Amino acid sequence: MATLSCPLPRPATDRILLAHGGGGRLTNQLIESVFLPAFSNAALESRHDGAMLSADGARLAMTTDTYVVDPLVFPGGTIGDLAVNGTVNDLAMCGARPLALSAGFLLEEGLSIETLRTIVAAMREAARVAKVPIVTGDTKVVDKGKGDGLFLNTTGIGVVVAPHPVGPESVRPGDAVLVSGDLGAHGIAILSVRSGLEFEGEVKSDTAPVWPAVEALLEAGIDVHCLRDLTRGGLSSALNEIATVARLRITVEEALIPVSDVVRGACELLGLDPLYVANEGRFVAFVPERDAGRTLEILRSHTVSAGAVRAGIVYENPAGIVTLRSRVGGNRVLDMLSGEQLPRIC
Amino acid sequence: MKFLEEYRDYGAVRQMAQAIRRCTTRPWTLMEVCGGQTHTIVKTGLQDLMPEEITLVHGPGCPVCVTPLEMIDRAVAIAQRSEVILCSFGDMLRVPGSTQSLFDAKAVGADVRIVYSPLDALQLARSNPQREVVFFAVGFETTAPANAMAVWKAARKGIPNFSMLVSHVLVPPAMEAILSSPDCRVQAFLAAGHVCMVMGFEEYLPISRKYRVPIVVTGFEPLDLLEGVQMVVAQLESGRADVENQYARAVRRSGNRPAQERIAEVFEVTRRAWRGIGEIPSSGLRLREAYRRFDAESRFAVEIRHVEESNECIAGLVLQGLRKPYECPAFGTRCTPDTPLGAPMVSSEGACAAYFHFGRRKEDGNPIVPSATAGH
Amino acid sequence: MCLAVPGKIVTIVQEEHLGLRRGKVDFGGIRKEVCLDYTPEARVGDYVLVHVGFALSVVDEQEAQRVFEALRQLDQLDELSENGT
Repeated sequence: MATLSCPLPRPATDRILLAHGGGGRLTNQLIESVFLPAFSNAALESRHDGAMLSADGARLAMTTDTYVVDPLVFPGGTIGDLAVNGTVNDLAMCGARPLALSAGFLLEEGLSIETLRTIVAAMREAARVAKVPIVTGDTKVVDKGKGDGLFLNTTGIGVVVAPHPVGPESVRPGDAVLVSGDLGAHGIAILSVRSGLEFEGEVKSDTAPVWPAVEALLEAGIDVHCLRDLTRGGLSSALNEIATVARLRITVEEALIPVSDVVRGACELLGLDPLYVANEGRFVAFVPERDAGRTLEILRSHTVSAGAVRAGIVYENPAGIVTLRSRVGGNRVLDMLSGEQLPRIC
Repeated sequence: MKFLEEYRDYGAVRQMAQAIRRCTTRPWTLMEVCGGQTHTIVKTGLQDLMPEEITLVHGPGCPVCVTPLEMIDRAVAIAQRSEVILCSFGDMLRVPGSTQSLFDAKAVGADVRIVYSPLDALQLARSNPQREVVFFAVGFETTAPANAMAVWKAARKGIPNFSMLVSHVLVPPAMEAILSSPDCRVQAFLAAGHVCMVMGFEEYLPISRKYRVPIVVTGFEPLDLLEGVQMVVAQLESGRADVENQYARAVRRSGNRPAQERIAEVFEVTRRAWRGIGEIPSSGLRLREAYRRFDAESRFAVEIRHVEESNECIAGLVLQGLRKPYECPAFGTRCTPDTPLGAPMVSSEGACAAYFHFGRRKEDGNPIVPSATAGH
Repeated sequence: MCLAVPGKIVTIVQEEHLGLRRGKVDFGGIRKEVCLDYTPEARVGDYVLVHVGFALSVVDEQEAQRVFEALRQLDQLDELSENGT
């Protein structure tokens, strides 16, 4: 075989790239090549949103997340809302009722205290709505130029209420794939105020706590197999991660996936695919087919999941991939993002 | 969204697919020129709806893919200068040059920013008079009016700290280069609808006549592409070779005159190197003498190593439609979107990336994409 | 090159200096400012195709319908042939 003389170069893999934070393939590679080998243990390896722990018979879930967003305040919320809701939601995805949160603040020298107050007030309100206390915290300040204003870490502990493990390992062929509402609002809300790409339009972040909807499912005795909140990388990343760990195939129907008109308009304008755009108050649920109808009823009776729909189904083969049937009836693989999704003009 | 979503209607698309099936009696090989058309075809799985006799090959209409290595190296070198803010469309950011991409350069501190429009870059220049703002102007004729206007405005409004790194390419010379190749198997073209929206389609008449190929100006939505295929096949089946316009809601025969005038005022035709294909005479644009002071290539003297582009690089064969991406020995193994060997694997509508992302991975050409109801 | 999106012109502003035309264009609820210099014939209410912040063509609404009329006729022909045999 002749050697390929394509003059092309590998990208620098000895440095962290922005794309490593994108939630897609590069993020996963980083986790697999740096973090997992160093910290290996069963709880971590399940690669789920939270870690399941047991202490003297009590089943607990623990999760942590660091929030980095520019701008700090955007239509529909602030970094504070994301930090509270995001961690509460990660616990909910484990079938756990949130018990308490911690909050670690990394502040950049020069950040306006007024802005900090706004964010803290938002956190207080979000915590009140989610019914979770912020019980401990920490504050550090870094030199100007090193911080993006503010980085926020929240760690959450919850009490596991779900009777059986909720995670990719519990997904079975034949399971119904349900999406809790319309996609892409958060990512587009952020873009609408990011310089260079601004546009006007009523797009607000969908940040919200989803525990009430999940709790209702568990209380109704629904056999919830898996839950995953849709954050960076959108629906596509979440489904790919689950398909990989569960070693099954997930298929979705494009025509069934809800996207609001404004989000669609913004995606068309910027050349983005809504299936890869970030969300903050949306999740995907895997339940046995026989429970799908009731699950949708229950979800639709809660504001945060009022737009819940059936989006797809789980098959056995080929394992580990996600496929999509397009609106016009053709098929394709819904691949994991390589890095951040960038606006395109081509 | 009006004038967009109707052309994705399931029923209409199915009907058009049926119309194609009804008039197809023999195998035909068609090329769609534009990367955006490739993107739609692969993203919606449109090939699944067409009869087996129709083979679609993907042309070099991906300006990102055909931008020469040296131009990317130049952009990176310019971006690395501390006084420079390098602005670019998102498409170009991940394409590797001979050692790194603009994204890599950004990771180590270069001020590289994504903009939606060249006017955004101009605005940045106005608000940052102490910095040099350079816009990386890559594109086909569709983007030339916008880039021309940015330079025209910079001249009229006196914005000296703005300049443009120009890598514009033209479609008709590329089509001719493909048609004049002895290996050419393409029997008809779906011409790039938005390029023709600007330039009109008169320049395709002599090409159609000389090579006896049907050329149908086609849009970008599933219904447009299928209608374009239907019109091409109708011509082929009846032995005709004409230029027709499927995308008449957007394209007029003479195109957009004010845009053409502004392009002609600011740019002139020049020869250009196409990555993977080689140099094609009169196939690019560069700034005219009167506007040369806004040319980033002249303004910033940067050291560029000349890197030989091998004629054997299969990216070129893919771009000319002579090979499918999965026919490349490295496809999907050594060459993936994370570890690309060539630009068609990095660009969002490069044929290799499209095939990789949307699942056409097997060497035998069969998709690994099972239909929604299969695969238990 | 490719991504040109159809939107409806909501307002038009004529700049004094340099006499350039700009407008607010609505794309399914999202509004963006667009340069209208290349579509001097465009009016408020018209749909234009926008690429990188520039309107490059006014949508011909009649032409836009043509394919659907053709498909409707095909449909009727199909029905006729089904019923007629």
